[in-house]
Amino acid sequence: MAEAFKFELVSPARLVLSEDVAQVMVPGAEGDFTMLKGHAPFMTTVRPGVLEATGVSGKVSKIFVRGGFADAGPAGLTILAEQAIPVEELKADVIAKEIKDAEEDLADAKSDEAKRVAQQKLDQLKAVFAAAPSH
Amino acid sequence: MPSLKDLRNRIASVKATQKITKAMQMVAAAKLRRAQQAAEAARPFAERMSSVLANLAGAFEGRPDAPVLLAGNGRADVQLLVVCTAERGLCGAFNSSIARLARDTANRLIGEGKTVKILCVGRKGADALRRQFADKIIEVIEFKGVKQLGYDHADGVGKKILAMFEAGDFDVATLFYSQFKSVISQIPTAQQIIPAEIPAKAAKADVGGAAYECEPSEEEILADLLPRNVSTQIFRALLENAASEQGSRMSAMDNATRNAGEMIKKLTTTYNRSRQAMITKELIEIISGAEAV
Repeated sequence: MAEAFKFELVSPARLVLSEDVAQVMVPGAEGDFTMLKGHAPFMTTVRPGVLEATGVSGKVSKIFVRGGFADAGPAGLTILAEQAIPVEELKADVIAKEIKDAEEDLADAKSDEAKRVAQQKLDQLKAVFAAAPSH
Repeated sequence: MPSLKDLRNRIASVKATQKITKAMQMVAAAKLRRAQQAAEAARPFAERMSSVLANLAGAFEGRPDAPVLLAGNGRADVQLLVVCTAERGLCGAFNSSIARLARDTANRLIGEGKTVKILCVGRKGADALRRQFADKIIEVIEFKGVKQLGYDHADGVGKKILAMFEAGDFDVATLFYSQFKSVISQIPTAQQIIPAEIPAKAAKADVGGAAYECEPSEEEILADLLPRNVSTQIFRALLENAASEQGSRMSAMDNATRNAGEMIKKLTTTYNRSRQAMITKELIEIISGAEAV
């Protein structure tokens, strides 16, 4: 069993999760990565996706996160997410709304760069939608 | 000397007022608990945000290519004041103290020859500032029908402000709100949000000498983080405001209830005295009438 470290998931409204975990799989902007204890100081942005935290007892909690950062340091891993919803509570219509918003963003995007970012976000959301268990 | 009937009516009306203020106080107390929880729950996010920002910002100190949201665009001629207040009155000095701070700041800036623009979040602040700065208010955002303030509301305001900044409508933005200390103390606060103010006490995290690795680059992360920081600060201000408003209303209504109680006591004394005087007078009339016969 891997050693435990402190993992905190914070959304603007509340502290979603704060506990000792064995490992966390984070959907990073440049690819998924798994954090174990003693990871080098590391910071990255998070793409919309599902995060998997494995507790010390082996219990896995899956949480949908959107827009934010992961900050890994010696003290543990902190994720600041604009939105964080446990997958069990995630309804298909929530993602559908997100996708609609993303499509509007894409339509509103003026520069090529903004278009690329919006398109990327939309694709990621669609991937989550396809993987969602509740529809 | 008012008649007995007048006095009775006045006592009844003060009693009715007291009932209303008492009810408002209790409603505010119930809402305060929720608002306070929300404000406290939002603090970790804002604090982490500040410390992450401080970590990254250190790398850009004094560099000419620092993002404009962090270093500013080099001017301070056009100042935007974002004044967050409540939608309703009857909450003591809450709205007026925020408005006063904003007004003083605006007057000082105008005295320094700067252009001032005001964006009001909340109707009451706009009402208070309209008299003096009607031509300076560029927009009023109201959250009238909103029951529970969410991050999305703050994000909407934040995006609007960022769009204005990008369009070059202002150089420096300052946020006005009331910080919730306790039920009896709320502190009107001015906080600069653009360029971002890095709190000095958010010390850099000790990474044990190892270099911070960033993915994508620091510039990209910062470019993503800074707009988010604006929304986060606004969200925090709105929540602190909500808690302050209820706290302020609670103590104001508590005072009003107590005042009404005192007034009822005074009126009742007067009522009883004049009633007694009337009885005495009637008795004297009867007795002296009987003696005269």
